[in-house]
Amino acid sequence: MTLNLRGAFAIFRNELMRMFRTAFGSILSPVITTSLYLVVFGAAIGGRMELPGGVGYGAFIVPGLLMLTLLTESTSNASFGIYMPKFTGAIYELLSAPVGVAETLIGFVGAAAVKSLILAAVILGTAALIIDYQIAHPLLAFFYILLVSATFSLLGFIIGLWATGFEKLQIIPLLVLMPLTFLGGTFYSIDLLPEPWRTVALFNPVVYLVNGLRWTFLGQSDFPIALSLGATMAFLLACVAVIGWIFNSGWRLRE
Amino acid sequence: MTHLAKRLQIGGGWPTSRFMHEPILDICGLEKTYKGGVQALKGVDLTIRRGEIFALLGPNGAGKTTLIGAVCGLVNPTGGTIAAFGEDIRRHWKRARQKIGLVPQELSFDMFDKVIRQVRYSRGMFGLPPDEARIEEVLRSLSLWDKRDAQIRELSGGMKRRVMIAKALSHDPELLFLDEPTAGVDVELRRDMWRQIDALRARGVTIILTTHYIEEAEEMADRVGVINKGQILLVDDKDAIMAKLGRTEAHFMLASPVADVPAVLSSYPLHLEEEGRRLVYRGGDGTGKGKREVAELAQIMAREGIVFTGLDTRDSTLEDIFVDLVEGKLENAA
Repeated sequence: MTLNLRGAFAIFRNELMRMFRTAFGSILSPVITTSLYLVVFGAAIGGRMELPGGVGYGAFIVPGLLMLTLLTESTSNASFGIYMPKFTGAIYELLSAPVGVAETLIGFVGAAAVKSLILAAVILGTAALIIDYQIAHPLLAFFYILLVSATFSLLGFIIGLWATGFEKLQIIPLLVLMPLTFLGGTFYSIDLLPEPWRTVALFNPVVYLVNGLRWTFLGQSDFPIALSLGATMAFLLACVAVIGWIFNSGWRLRE
Repeated sequence: MTHLAKRLQIGGGWPTSRFMHEPILDICGLEKTYKGGVQALKGVDLTIRRGEIFALLGPNGAGKTTLIGAVCGLVNPTGGTIAAFGEDIRRHWKRARQKIGLVPQELSFDMFDKVIRQVRYSRGMFGLPPDEARIEEVLRSLSLWDKRDAQIRELSGGMKRRVMIAKALSHDPELLFLDEPTAGVDVELRRDMWRQIDALRARGVTIILTTHYIEEAEEMADRVGVINKGQILLVDDKDAIMAKLGRTEAHFMLASPVADVPAVLSSYPLHLEEEGRRLVYRGGDGTGKGKREVAELAQIMAREGIVFTGLDTRDSTLEDIFVDLVEGKLENAA
């Protein structure tokens, strides 16, 4: 069936405009929060800490903090993006228009992912003013940030479809993603954890995401980059499969 | 032309005979059972003709919105088939939806967005290239051009409803669903809305509207369907319904009470009320037969010296017929 590219672009543009209408809260706020972490943990405390391999602590936490922001913001933006039309009833237009799962994902998830990329660029630019850091593999870092943004925008989209109230929108980002990211090596290498906590940490999927991004920045991490990339792509495909099922079955859409 | 069009002298150029009989939508055995067991549609059969205004009447919970939702993609039917523009809507849903517009009952949009942006968004979502001239035409036709840069939340309720219509018209649909288009709007705005709907029909748009207001159906529709408890009770031309189910009721107040209906009047559908003081006629149809018979009765009574001191007559309306249908008083209507 022919892809309605104009329809996909209309959704994409509409979503981006909606996000930029609330740019103060959705871009400035996470940038300020991340900058504060960098100032306190990176510049103030981190300046007195040394890590194996001669990596500065500030440079060590930049990818971790970036991942923390990417996960929470991608998820929140995409979930809010699809939940609002459900809440206001405007979803009728999406359901009655000649747009299917592909156009919807390009529109909603694409816009959320693009916003995350913009956010990542602003955060990295701000971090450069506070911390001295390098990106060892810039192209791979870009690809990895794009992959994580898209994957967690897909997760956010699922959450937005699943949610039946505003409270549920916040449950996953605040009660699951943020704790897992904090415990996933944002501020430390899991090699520094004593047993059995190191083994427990291996069951935290965010550990692999943080370490993947850290590898692209520092050229070293607790796990091989291939493992992180593979796990993220597998999660992305799982999200696409779930969304495909939702659109086919009409769950929470056409009930 | 509808009554309103005749009064307003619009829509006269629309060619009726050939196109009006071509089906644009064919619904067959449509069923919908919601999770929890509520059966909203029970084998609905309905054919809509190109170019007509079809009014779907029914009380709350009759299945009107579910029926519209099933055609427009908002509801997954559990049985039956829908063909639009000659094609199965499930298999060729993208093609079908490009030609269908929907104005739902609820005012549903991003209230913080501007009017013109929302209309552009709708047009784009239906796969059409930007066309500022067409957007301007749509907004002007709905008296929204001056408000194009206003946030939707700043508009009055009537204007918001017009924005909904503008969005639905932005992709030039051939088939337009209006779900309770005048619910909750004042009389003046309702008449304005009717004018807009008739102008759309004059441009060749087929319109299906659901309504609680029988007056609306009487004014606007070429054909009327009555739905109740998920079943279509009746579909026919409005005039045919009136002819088939319309009745005239006349009350003759007699100067002197009588024990029985006089023999000379026995061929008419008459009975006595109020201990023989009131002679009641119930008969005729929607073609004027009832009024003729009442006139004949008056002449016969004058000739035969049956004196009456007062006469009340009343023709049944579409509303009477609708109420009788829904309450099950007209068993063989369909």
